[in-house]
Amino acid sequence: MAFDQLSDRLQMALRRVRGKGRLTEADIESMMREIRLSLLEADVNFKVVKEFTNQIKEEALGDHILKGLNPSQQVIKVVNDALVDLLGKDTSVFALKQTGTTHILLAGLQGSGKTTSAGKLAKYIEKTHQKKVLLVALDVYRPAAIDQLVTLGKQLGVAVFELGTEEKPVSIAKKAMAFAQTEGFEVLIFDTAGRLHIDEAMVDEIKQIKATVKPDETFLVLDAMTGQDAVSVAEHFHKNLVLTGSILTKLDGDTRGGAALSLRKVTQVPIKFMGTGEKLDALEVFHPERMASRILGMGDVMTLIDKVTENVSEDDMMNLMEKMMSGKYNYEDFLKQMKMIKRMGSLGGLMKLIPGASKMMGKQDIDDKKLTTLEAIIQSMTKAERKNPALIKQNSGRRRRIASGSGRSVAEINRLIDTLEQQTQAMKRLSNVDPNTINPNNPMAALGQAPQKKQKKGKGKNRGGFRP
Amino acid sequence: MMGFFKALFQTKQQKKQAQKYRIGMAKARDSVFGELAQMLKNNRLDEAFFEALEELFIFADMGVDTALTLVSDLREKLPKQGLQDADELKEKIVETLFDHYVKDDVVDTNLYLKGAPSVFLFVGVNGVGKTTTIGKVAKQLSDQGKKVMLVAGDTFRAGAIHQLSIWAQRTGSAFYAKDEGSDPSSVMFEAIAKAKLEGIDVLLCDTAGRLQNKKNLMEELAKMRRVIEREIEGAPHETLLVLDATTGQNGLSQAKIFDEVTNLTGLILTKLDGSAKGGIALAIKDQFDIPIKLVGLGEKVDDLIYFDIEDYIYALLADVF
Repeated sequence: MAFDQLSDRLQMALRRVRGKGRLTEADIESMMREIRLSLLEADVNFKVVKEFTNQIKEEALGDHILKGLNPSQQVIKVVNDALVDLLGKDTSVFALKQTGTTHILLAGLQGSGKTTSAGKLAKYIEKTHQKKVLLVALDVYRPAAIDQLVTLGKQLGVAVFELGTEEKPVSIAKKAMAFAQTEGFEVLIFDTAGRLHIDEAMVDEIKQIKATVKPDETFLVLDAMTGQDAVSVAEHFHKNLVLTGSILTKLDGDTRGGAALSLRKVTQVPIKFMGTGEKLDALEVFHPERMASRILGMGDVMTLIDKVTENVSEDDMMNLMEKMMSGKYNYEDFLKQMKMIKRMGSLGGLMKLIPGASKMMGKQDIDDKKLTTLEAIIQSMTKAERKNPALIKQNSGRRRRIASGSGRSVAEINRLIDTLEQQTQAMKRLSNVDPNTINPNNPMAALGQAPQKKQKKGKGKNRGGFRP
Repeated sequence: MMGFFKALFQTKQQKKQAQKYRIGMAKARDSVFGELAQMLKNNRLDEAFFEALEELFIFADMGVDTALTLVSDLREKLPKQGLQDADELKEKIVETLFDHYVKDDVVDTNLYLKGAPSVFLFVGVNGVGKTTTIGKVAKQLSDQGKKVMLVAGDTFRAGAIHQLSIWAQRTGSAFYAKDEGSDPSSVMFEAIAKAKLEGIDVLLCDTAGRLQNKKNLMEELAKMRRVIEREIEGAPHETLLVLDATTGQNGLSQAKIFDEVTNLTGLILTKLDGSAKGGIALAIKDQFDIPIKLVGLGEKVDDLIYFDIEDYIYALLADVF
């Protein structure tokens, strides 16, 4: 999926407008259409899309946008900000009771990832809150569902309470609570059977479970790939269970995840966590900003540009950017950056965050293995070498040592050296670019074009090509 | 007219099934499209009508492209002044959607059972219902007197092997599995050898759910396919992408990549008994020409039935017809 889908579209819509200096209502209208289509392609529910575009239209028509020199980017900013707002501006805190047991109930459709999320959540809570967690197996219907939870528990070293498939879920829940009391468990996570939101008997059952366990948190677990139906699913579960939050799963896929918006809009409760991989620690606190750019199909690059132009530097990413632009970027930062990317999941789009990196990979596919290779190389460097890239560049002995240490060829080490240089240079130039002069046709040009080796000789020419 | 359509379907087994189909999806109705229903009734084909239709298609998860194509088809085919009456209009809409789906082709929903033995490979992302679907197919095939073997190719997910073994017991099928964590290709290889010895008619091979952008996992799947190809001429005879009906536009990416890696012969659309309409499957047929073979309309074994586009269209339009 093209990472700059929406910006392409907006530029198309703006082609007629360019040079006019300001936008007419008709221009805004045609841009709204593009935004609408883009959101629909991201699976945001069509009713939510309608409301949303109406809302931002007002904003986009406001004075501040008309004065802008680069309407396309500013419209994207308005849209992005509105999306972030809607998704929940600040990451909501996940609080556990200080005294007594905290009960967490998980609900959702079949196959949404409840059992896996239950396991991941248990691990997260043990790790970040140092609480003793008990997983409770209430799915007595799907064959081997209890097995799955028991196995997960073993892998995680988390206790699992189960009474087989003969007993009723409500009674299992009761016994689990009594057991937790005597054994001193502090957090109980109840994993329920997947059920259709329109299956009355099953919805009644989970309502009874809820009445029994009186959960402090009731989470809907929703597959991020869900389409238009997310609204109906969220509505029904919320109506029947009064949710306190949700977990969005399978975000390590390449879905744009518009369901998040539908979910949030309908329930108004925060999305608390997101599942980002098969590994059992692949559960992260939800990031509205990341989700917004993803829904817009722009990757995080847009957020980055946004932040660069606004000189905001808050998170990790921004610190890195600053470092890059200051020219003090080194292998340690590179490593950090790769770790960040690994954490974030989808590589294809994210690779574009690292100017030059996709070039180095050439036409080959970018996958986790390649990153591992690069990591291995960097880890074979000494601390001093990581901090001071010049050491390696100037000494072929060091390069050979690193090559043999990481089991890679010297050529690969050289390629990594080039990449680091390209990145540093690209970022330096970006820091010199006035945001207002970024070519609206190709705002990414400022980031994406890494200098070719040849250009080392012809700096003047290179510079001219860079400024539109 | 409708009789002609029906003749196109080679496996249309019966009226009864069609009835059930509609009941399954009837739950999916809601009243979002009251206005469209009114417009249909009034036989009024103005701009608002086509816009409402477009929304209906998008709401069904067909995606912008397919929805727009369908609506522009309809704009062409429907006379400006409207039709004789509302019934004729409805028929024309169904016909247009139908033509769009079959594209002058014969859509064959049969599963290939003439292999020696036949091998069906079930693939898809996590949580779509692959294992459950295999259980249901196994039941139906063994009821038809076929000797079925279930192959536990999901060696990754906790409990997956056990889950499939329960289905083997329930359906009286043979079962082949190795330990959790073993190489799924070797499971396939050994299962085929055993099946040949035991005179099995059909092997139903389960695979671990995998997101299509995970390169290593997709390579693992390609390898499984290669092993199967090598062991039996013409196998796998069916490679079926199991798709959750609630899936949105990511279904296109699933179909595209799974097809590139494993050469799909068809789709199985599961969980159509919810409120989702599964229109993504139409978009997939539209864009990649992969036919829908089976649909899951409920938890029971007989709730997995051969897909019938005509029934589907009626069920899809149930809100407004």
